[in-house]
Amino acid sequence: MEAIGLSFVDWIIIFIYFIFVLGIGFYLKRYTTSDEDFFLAGRKNSAWVAGLAFLSANLGALELLGMTGNTFKYGMYVAHFYWIGAIPAMLFLALYMMPFYYSSRIKSVPGYLKLRFDEKTRVLNAISFGFMTVLVSGINLYAMALVLHTFFGWNWDVSMWVSAATVAVYVSLSGLMSAIFTEIIQFFLIWFGLFLVTALGIIEIGSLQEIFNRIPEAYSTLWSTSSDPTQNGMLVTWGGIVLGLGFVLSFGYWTTDFLVVQRAFSAKDMRSARMAPVIASFFKMAMPFIVIFGGLIALVLSRDPNSGFHLLHDGGKVNYDSALPMLIARYYPSGLVGLGVTALLAGFMAGQAGNISAFNTVWTYDIYQSVINKKASSAHLLWMGRVATVAGVLISLVTAYWAKSMPTIMDYMQAIFSWVNAPLFATMLLGMFIKWITPNGAFWGLLAGMGSSFTLFLAVKFAWIEKSTITLSSVASDMAANFWRAWWAWLICFGVTIVVSLFTQKKPEKELVGLVKGLTQETVDQPVPLLRKPEFWAVISLIILVVFNIYFW
Amino acid sequence: MSKEMKIMKPIWYFVGLMLMTIGGIILITGLYHLFTPRASAKVLAELYPDIWWGGIMLLVGVVFFVLSLRAVAKQTKADG
Repeated sequence: MEAIGLSFVDWIIIFIYFIFVLGIGFYLKRYTTSDEDFFLAGRKNSAWVAGLAFLSANLGALELLGMTGNTFKYGMYVAHFYWIGAIPAMLFLALYMMPFYYSSRIKSVPGYLKLRFDEKTRVLNAISFGFMTVLVSGINLYAMALVLHTFFGWNWDVSMWVSAATVAVYVSLSGLMSAIFTEIIQFFLIWFGLFLVTALGIIEIGSLQEIFNRIPEAYSTLWSTSSDPTQNGMLVTWGGIVLGLGFVLSFGYWTTDFLVVQRAFSAKDMRSARMAPVIASFFKMAMPFIVIFGGLIALVLSRDPNSGFHLLHDGGKVNYDSALPMLIARYYPSGLVGLGVTALLAGFMAGQAGNISAFNTVWTYDIYQSVINKKASSAHLLWMGRVATVAGVLISLVTAYWAKSMPTIMDYMQAIFSWVNAPLFATMLLGMFIKWITPNGAFWGLLAGMGSSFTLFLAVKFAWIEKSTITLSSVASDMAANFWRAWWAWLICFGVTIVVSLFTQKKPEKELVGLVKGLTQETVDQPVPLLRKPEFWAVISLIILVVFNIYFW
Repeated sequence: MSKEMKIMKPIWYFVGLMLMTIGGIILITGLYHLFTPRASAKVLAELYPDIWWGGIMLLVGVVFFVLSLRAVAKQTKADG
């Protein structure tokens, strides 16, 4: 497979990016003097800073490449990940869950579990989250090196070590603040670096309508083929999309994954914390302009023999992830290629920094301070955060080399979110909205949910049971199985938590004030004009979501 | 800690600096190749995407940079 070459100017742009992110780390170090500065960026960010960081923490380069490639494979159905699979959950977090998170002044999601339930539920979630985060970080590192090696011919070891070392330096210097700064820079680089690909693609093909005219109906609709899984490329029914993706996976990720929620915690006040996911929702809805339309443009061009466009092949198989890099190579001259590659690199590194900054917080507060050293001072916690950052990066590197030597672990990692986040959403939902849910109910429900998700994954993987048993359909893709597995894990956690709670001791109501609906003051904002209210912008966001779904039905 | 040290430059300052720098490089490269054509032209090269896109980045970068400097100056004044 021939690599895409870079010119001297492209290398200069990449070099400037590295200098910038390291420089920001050193600049911010002087403002990082306490554990709250390091782990929560001093809780002084505006709604816009917290909101863009909230979105960017999720906006990794793997997602950009993977979703563009998936669109080439599955068509418009991939847009569900950006619309129904994200927006309702983000708005629910902003309007209904953030008041409990923010008003309790917790420093992490496991910290909420400690206050609402007990120490063992907190530690269970902290360990599973820490394990998941550092593994995902390592897998991302491996995937980054794979992409850079495959498309640009870069050396594996140099790619992994240089990016890991850069992330280790700037996160250990100034923690969450430098992670947030680089995430926002990444946001602008991605939009400036990749928006032009789609714009030029539309110009070449003629119009957006012409793109849809040139692809089969199964690729150009969102819902109209969802009643019969054989009629859409994703082999999924609307039930799998709504229950698995739209409800459990989406709500599990956007409302409980500390990696993204931590960015909203860094906001300066309650209104800003609630506005952060609402602001992020508008940009999330706009992302399909790059990834979905990019994938459709690649599809149209590859179906036209006169275009000269084709995806790369790897070992005789089509490499779908090459759709975006091949469009960059088609349209971008030197200079712009450097910008496009820097956008991808920034996506990789900001994703890595996001994982590491969430890991160091959960490790320091929810495992180290909670179990090992309960009397640690602020200065000691700050030191421990820096140690955890370097340790997290080193574990990521080990995981990356492990993945390189055994690529099949990628299959396991892709499913890891439904092991940890899907049941956690049931625990959070019950904990925040029902006051009689008990600590033992939460603990055993969470354990049962995580265990059942993992067992179902293994059962399908090793053909102990048919995939159709969990997808309720004779035809199903791996992605459909992923959606349904998340739903069952959520349901099992939900059911076990309720049943165990009926027979175990409840927490006194006075300990739940500020943590549970009904025991918390309903007025969460100071009186503000309509245009500054999160509720107003959430409604606007929801209206746009509905319009998009109807338009592309 | 000096007064300059106390007021942290906002993220928009760095965003502006980054967009100005990279946009400027892309614009200059595009202008250079206007007079020294590349050996192999990309699809839609006749639209000169590097020149106008580099220019837009530079312009947006300048706006962010200037506005953030003004915000820092205002904050410094307010803090006495």
